[in-house]
Amino acid sequence: KFSAKIDEDTLEELEEVLISADIGVSASDKLLSQLREKVRAEKIRSPEELKEALKEEIIKVFPAEKLEIVPPTIILVVGVNGVGKTTTIGKLAYRFKTQGKKVILSAADTFRAAAAEQLSIWGQRAGVDVVKHQEGSDPAAVLFDAIQAGKARRADIIICDTAGRLHTKKNLMEELKKLYRVSEKEYPEAKIVSLLVLDATTGQNAIAQAKIFKEAVNISGIVLTKLDGTAKGGVAVAIASELNLPVFFIGVGEGMDDLEEFDPKAFADAIL
Amino acid sequence: MNLPCLLKKGVNDLAFEALTQKLEAVFKRLRGKGKLSEADVKQAMREIRLALLEADVNYKVVKDFVQKVTERAVGQEVMESLTPAQQVIKIVHDELVRLMGPKDTKLNFSQSKVSVFMMVGLQGSGKTTTCGKLGLYLSKMGKRPLLVAADIYRPAAIKQLQVVGEKVGLPVFTMGEQDPVAISKAALEHAFRHGNDVVIIDTAGRLHIDDELMEELERIKEAVTPNEILLVVDSMTGQDAVNVAETFHNRLHLTGLILTKLDGDTRGGAALSIKAVTGCPIKFVGVGEKLTDLEPFYPDRMASRILGM
Ligand SMILES: Nc1nc2c(ncn2[C@@H]2O[C@H](COP(=O)(O)OP(=O)(O)OP(=O)(O)O)[C@@H](O)[C@H]2O)c(=O)[nH]1
Ligand SMILES: Nc1nc2c(ncn2[C@@H]2O[C@H](COP(=O)(O)OP(=O)(O)OP(=O)(O)O)[C@@H](O)[C@H]2O)c(=O)[nH]1
Ligand SMILES: [K+]
Ligand SMILES: [Mg+2]
Ligand SMILES: [Mg+2]
Repeated sequence: KFSAKIDEDTLEELEEVLISADIGVSASDKLLSQLREKVRAEKIRSPEELKEALKEEIIKVFPAEKLEIVPPTIILVVGVNGVGKTTTIGKLAYRFKTQGKKVILSAADTFRAAAAEQLSIWGQRAGVDVVKHQEGSDPAAVLFDAIQAGKARRADIIICDTAGRLHTKKNLMEELKKLYRVSEKEYPEAKIVSLLVLDATTGQNAIAQAKIFKEAVNISGIVLTKLDGTAKGGVAVAIASELNLPVFFIGVGEGMDDLEEFDPKAFADAIL
Repeated sequence: MNLPCLLKKGVNDLAFEALTQKLEAVFKRLRGKGKLSEADVKQAMREIRLALLEADVNYKVVKDFVQKVTERAVGQEVMESLTPAQQVIKIVHDELVRLMGPKDTKLNFSQSKVSVFMMVGLQGSGKTTTCGKLGLYLSKMGKRPLLVAADIYRPAAIKQLQVVGEKVGLPVFTMGEQDPVAISKAALEHAFRHGNDVVIIDTAGRLHIDDELMEELERIKEAVTPNEILLVVDSMTGQDAVNVAETFHNRLHLTGLILTKLDGDTRGGAALSIKAVTGCPIKFVGVGEKLTDLEPFYPDRMASRILGM
């Protein structure tokens, strides 16, 4: 039993907060049952203590890994439609460039209308080169060229934009695997990092996205975008809990420097 | 269940099977005829609640819904032909259909002037693509649409709309990166002079809490008095859909909603949430990236989808 102050109503309120943040029913239940244990073990009495304890549980869910860049690195940026892949690449390019790294962008979204133009503008803003082909051409061929350019120009990082695709589309997921294979084959010395971009506004479907993209291209971690809105991005908790995937960065706007390193504490504070 | 069969099934079928099984377990002791007691219904509603939350229906919307349906279901006769589980599902399904309906894909055209449609919504929801889809749909209806590039912020947004316009064979009005209000006004003039009877304005994606950009939409609205202001919503949206829809509606008085990216496996509970908070009809759904991938919204199909059926 809980102390007089922390009753089932309080826990229900917390459940509402967690679910409203898109953490989902099962991850919320898991957090709350851990919280119950803690209340018992640590004799938590006040609602404030309770909140802090729940925050700790949320923070604990995230693997503490950071994105490590060992040049040369190829970063494949993947995710469903409209989540913020191309924009995130612009931000990453700027970030790495500022850190003194040489970056090349690969416009391997040859499908979406004006995708290459969009990436080129980001390339100009960040001051990095962009390798692109015509709309409708083979994405693997674009990446191939970007890798050759990366080798020739001694780039530290090649960041590859990919077309948005729903994880349920088998043929498109195969196309993505091909990009991974091209990276392995054409640049065996390079480290391959697959970043999954998730829109913080997304609900429980993000779990399915993460699972299937992980199977396809061995996702290293997540970039959670659009956290400047009112959505909390809580589904990342469910994903971390189920798939043990870290969040590397968060997107907090549409500007070049609106990319921050993920801070689980700040994230938990925003939820509670 | 054997494995090939399991593989063939989608996530939603499995979700529905699980829900049905859980409800059947709840009603196991209730054999044959009789009335559904409050306790039975309450227990069943716990499973329904879970299913709706897993489908991303907003927490508060679920709460109201469950309460309403509980009242409706208590005391109902258990029909002979149905198991109680199926009956409860039917009640829930009907209520979902009622809340999301009626089917209404009618677009409001101006009788004497050029009709103005305006697409609004969060970043990346699918506005630009949907402009092209709707333009194509209207031209098939015999209209002569003009697409208007009023997103001056997103890199290459104008170019994107031009490519989309070319794909559907429609003219695109651009004025570079000038004030979107001026662009919209000029586009209306242009349409009038060139025999276009409807303009579709592609606006930039924006956060509902971005006061400055929301005000821009209000100014466009004031300048060109749209016949339709359509909120384009990503069907994968989670709990926040209510905040977004409510704010856009409060500021602009939306006339309708378009739900995109339903070609995936999202359960799409946001449909219920946005309908609940705005009361606006969901007119169309986007079911793919191709510009022909636009369909009317069917409340009954959406209800089945939310329940995982
Ligand atoms: N507010 C906000 N908007 C963002 C953020 N990241 C991206 N966006 C916006 O989201 C929209 C979509 O971004 P893109 O980078 O084009 O997304 P994408 O994943 O490349 O899209 P596709 O290539 O079409 O699949 C654009 O309007 C971006 O400006 C963010 O962190 N916050
Ligand atoms: N699978 C699928 N993708 C869609 C659908 N509608 C739009 N998209 C994709 O979603 C992404 C974003 O679409 P846009 O039309 O650029 O979205 P937007 O709202 O104009 O984006 P911003 O202008 O950046 O706010 C693109 O990759 C589109 O191809 C749909 O119904 N299904
Ligand atoms: K989105
Ligand atoms: Mg892109
Ligand atoms: Mg757009």
